Parts: sequence; structure tokens; C-alpha cells
Amino acid sequence: MARWGLVIDLDRCTACQACVVACKHENNVPFSTPETSARGRLMTWIQLVGVEMPGGTTAMMPMMCQQCDRPPCTDVCPTSATYLNPEGIVAQIYPRCIGCRYCTNACPYAVKLFNWTAPEWPESMAPMRNPDVSIRPMGVVEKCTFCHHRLQQAREEARAAGRALAAEDYVPACVQTCPSDAMMFGDLDDPHSQVAGLAASTRAFRWMEDLGTRPKVVYLREGE
Amino acid sequence: MAQPEIEPIISPILSVGPSFKRWAMALGAVVAWAAMVWVWQLYYGLGATNLGRPIYWGLYITNFVFFIGVSHAGTLISAILRIVHAEWRRPITRMAEVITVLVLFFGVGNVILDLGRPDRALSVILHPHFRSPLLWDICSISVYLVCSTIYLYLPLIPDIAVLRDRTSGWRHTFYHRLAIGWIGSPAQWHRLERAIGIMAIGVIPVAVSVHTVVSWVFAMTIQPMWHSSIFGPYFVVGAIFSGIAAIITAMVIVRKVYGLEAYLKPVHFNNLGILLLVMTCLWFYFTFAEHLTAWYAQEPRELSVFDAKLYGRFAPLFWTMIACCFVIPFTILANPRTRTIIGTLVASIAINIGMWIERFTIVVPSLSNPRAPVHTFIYWPSWVEWSLMAGCFAAFTLLYMGFTKLFPIISIWELDEEPAAEAAPAARPATTLAEA
Repeated sequence: MARWGLVIDLDRCTACQACVVACKHENNVPFSTPETSARGRLMTWIQLVGVEMPGGTTAMMPMMCQQCDRPPCTDVCPTSATYLNPEGIVAQIYPRCIGCRYCTNACPYAVKLFNWTAPEWPESMAPMRNPDVSIRPMGVVEKCTFCHHRLQQAREEARAAGRALAAEDYVPACVQTCPSDAMMFGDLDDPHSQVAGLAASTRAFRWMEDLGTRPKVVYLREGE
Repeated sequence: MAQPEIEPIISPILSVGPSFKRWAMALGAVVAWAAMVWVWQLYYGLGATNLGRPIYWGLYITNFVFFIGVSHAGTLISAILRIVHAEWRRPITRMAEVITVLVLFFGVGNVILDLGRPDRALSVILHPHFRSPLLWDICSISVYLVCSTIYLYLPLIPDIAVLRDRTSGWRHTFYHRLAIGWIGSPAQWHRLERAIGIMAIGVIPVAVSVHTVVSWVFAMTIQPMWHSSIFGPYFVVGAIFSGIAAIITAMVIVRKVYGLEAYLKPVHFNNLGILLLVMTCLWFYFTFAEHLTAWYAQEPRELSVFDAKLYGRFAPLFWTMIACCFVIPFTILANPRTRTIIGTLVASIAINIGMWIERFTIVVPSLSNPRAPVHTFIYWPSWVEWSLMAGCFAAFTLLYMGFTKLFPIISIWELDEEPAAEAAPAARPATTLAEA
């Protein structure tokens, strides 16, 4: 079974935030205003943040759920609403989530988001929502799923065509959109895949890997 | 011969004065307001609070930890004092045990208030995930609630029988049911004392486990200044500390309101004051150890929380806590001349405030200084959160008042036994303590 991973080349990333917009559209992430953001209620599954690098420079990094192989958030969930699925995606079952926000506090990356109020969109945007992704109700936690619905679709299409699922069949919206090809997606367990090769490069690092969370989002250091 | 003595205990149960009614009305109004606010929060969502990313927990979780802490007042203290035969405990155990049972409901209640989906709270039982410290909490607290309710009820039985024999109408029926056929035969006494003895011992490990797992909710994560191995004992000490302070506060009020000066004597306040002094020192020791290790190691993540607490945004709260939990109570309680009823009351109120602030400065500063470089903000609870907190305290007081109108707040039969115990050498409680 595949172990899905994402590689982000910080040398190629122009911080254009197309991935942020693509993700918002793809996943029906509710609309936020500057006022709600100031109160800590910005809803976005990807965000560009400045992270201090060894050597004192600051890199702009697209930050999303790091899809840890040892996720601190899943252990603490009292109802198993968030768990590590067999393909390595940290899943979130919205109807089971009780909204205790223990997972959001246990996550060192602060990438799990809580629906403080019922989600809202401006009237003109409402018809543009993606019918393939459920809209989260008030009071539950959500986060990046590596566009899991696209994996399900790809698997169904492959089955209909009578062939096995190929890694190329499944690409998250952010990767598909990235204009500078800074994001690469694939099976980390396949030694011949592009992502496995890049993840083994000397430029590769994982965010806060000293915490032992073993993320499957791999960043490639810039400036080399 | 015991009859005239117990009259001052029994009479307030069967009569309701105008002052009681006024207080009940006022507290009832606060509870009603809080209930309306809660409905608003259910409708609007937790957006009604001032919480946000990364400060996902705030006032409700602070109250949860605080109430569970106060719950150590009763059962644990009274069980320990019972086991070591501290005879002076007799008039105060009941008061303490009632606090435990009632306050536990508000501890659990605050978790429910904090849930984004309280309608799904049952999922915790239907789909339990035992690797979550929250599940450990639920197991531990429910066992504690059952044990402390039994431990409150057992010593009540002979007193309920006294009330049954003195009342008529609905009260008689009520007490008749609850007295479960108590006639005071030697066999019944033997069984009762055995049962109380077993419960007194059994409840201690349960009580210790409760506050240990509450601390583990924080300590099991890898967040800075939460991930601490001394959190278990630190929280247990803090719990007993705030518990004793809560007992003293309740004792002073009950003594004044029901005129029980003959039963709650200065010696009780003096002895509890000494116990409180010991806990003050223990609390300071743990607080010092916890903060020194964080500061000395200079680990940047820990240090950012440490700095926020000691010199930064949370410094006013932190130093108020140090004053309320150590400076004020230590100064008052270390001096026998100020260890009076008023003195212990002032110390206790300071400790109750200080321990609440301690819970707040454990929950919020760690969340306000996350590892990830996300936007953070200054959390101050909203009117909704303050209203619900006021409602919890009002409802607790109201239930406590209600209890005093149904059951004797001082254990009658244990007082009857006291003279026999006093016939023993006067130094007995002290030596037993030392032996233990």
C-alpha cells in the first residue's frame, strides 16, 4: 500500500500563495475576514509562514498538516475521530468529532482548525463550492487531508477502467496548481518515485523532526 | 441526653428563613442568566467565547481543573483524618464531603461547556479511544464520583434515621426511603463502621488518581511547560491545597449562618490552618522546582512560556498567584496568633483565588506561545465565558444551601461518640499522626 508524501522545494517556491487559494476552493474551506483572523479564527488548510532556518535566515514555508507517521494529535482524541489511516493520511471523521480541541492543542504545528461558528460564504461564492467535499458543521475540527476525496475518486476511476491505481492518478489541488512546480506528490515507499528520491536528498528536512513526529511533508532547503 | 445538644444542628434543616430565600433568589437569578447564555452559546457555537487558534482552551478548562481540584476537599481530607483517628475532624467531615460530590458535577460540566459538539458527548462512551488521557479522566472521575457519593451517604444513614423519627409528611417519606431501615442495632453499627472504614481507605487512591490524570491531559502532550513529569504530584498537591481552603471558607460561612459556634471551634480552624500551612509550603516547593528547571535549562520553547509568565503578558497574574498562594497564607498561618478563624478565612480566600489563577496560568500561557510561528493574540474571556463561570459558582452555592436544608451539615452520631474518644489521652490524635 502507498504511503503518500508531499515534497516542497523552497528554492522553487515563489510564495505566490496559489496553493492557498486552490486549497480553499477545492476543500470548501470557509471564508475568513481580517477581523476573524485577528481573533485567531482564520480558516485555511495551507498558510505561508516565516520559519527561521539554521544560519539565521527566514524561509517562507507553505505550512499544512504534516501528515505525521507518529501524529501527536491522534493519540489524544477521545473518540478516534482523528486517526492515521493505512495509507499514512491523518484522517478526520467530522461526524464523530466532539469538538474538545485536544488534538489542536497536542499538534505542535498548530495546523488543526476548529469551526468556531457555522461556516459562511459570501452569496456569490456559495455556488462555487466543491460538491465532492462535505461542508463541515459548526463545532468540529478540520485540517488538510491531502485532498483525500481525490484519492477516492482516482481509485474508483482506476477500478472502473480495470487497472491498478497508479501514483500519477492522485494529486492534491495544491500540487496541481503550483505554477513553479515547487510541490511534488507521490508514494514515499516506492523507491523509484520522484518524491522518495527527493526526500532522500541532502537538501531534505522535515519540520520539527526533532520532536519525533516523522512528518510526510518534506521540505527542500533553499539557497544551495 | 444528647437530644438538647443536637437541636442547633437539626433546627436549621427544618426551617427556611427569609435570608435563605433572598440568597436563593439572587443565586437562582444568576443561574437562570447563565442558562440563557448557555443556550445562546449552543446556538451560536464556541465563537461566543474569545478563544481562537492557538489558544484553544481557556476559561472553561481552567474551571474544570479548578473544580476537580476543589473536589479533593472532602473525601480525601476526611478519609485521611478518619484513618489517622484525628478526633477533631468529626464536625467538619460532612461539610467537606458535600463539597466534593457537588463540585465534581461542575468540573465535568465545564468540559461539556467547552465541547464544540456537546450533543455528541456520548460518543466518548460509545466510541472510546483509551489512548486518550481524556478517557482516563472520564474513567477516574466517574469512579471518584461514585465512591465519594457512597462515602458521603454511608455516614449520613444514622442521621437520616434521626430526621425520619422527627418529621412527618413528605420529609418523613423521603428520609424513610433514604434511611433504608436503620434502627441502630449493634449489627447495623458494626456493618456501617466497617463499610465506612473500607470506603475511607479505598477512596484515597481514587482521589489521587483523579488529579493525576487531570494533570496528564496536559503533561502527555509535547507542549512547552505542559510536558512535565512532576505535573501529577504537583496537581494533587494543588488540589488538596485548594480543597482545604474551600473547606475552611465553607466552614466559616456555615458557622456564621447557622450559629454553629459551639461545634466549629477555633481549634478546628487552628488544626486545618496547620494542615494548610504544610500544603502552602509543599505547593511553593513544587512551583519553585517546576519553574527553576524550565529556566535553568534555557530551552528556547520552554523559555518563551516561562518569560511570558514571569516577566511578560501573564506576569501580573503570575505574581498575584505567588502572593495569594504563598506570601499571604504563609505569613498568616505560620504565626499562631494570626491562625484564628478570621486569619484562616483570609488565607483560604487568597488561596482559592490564587489556585484559580494558577490553573489559568498553566492552561493559557503554553497555548499562547506555540512552537509553530502562527499568529497569536491576547486571550481574555468573553462575557459568555464569565457568565457561565458565575453560573457554575452560583449553582454550586445553591446546591450546597439546598443540602443544608435536607441533611445535617454536621454529623450528629459522630459527635455523640466524641466524648468517649476524648476520654483517651489528649495527645492521641498527634501521636497517631506521627505513627502514620
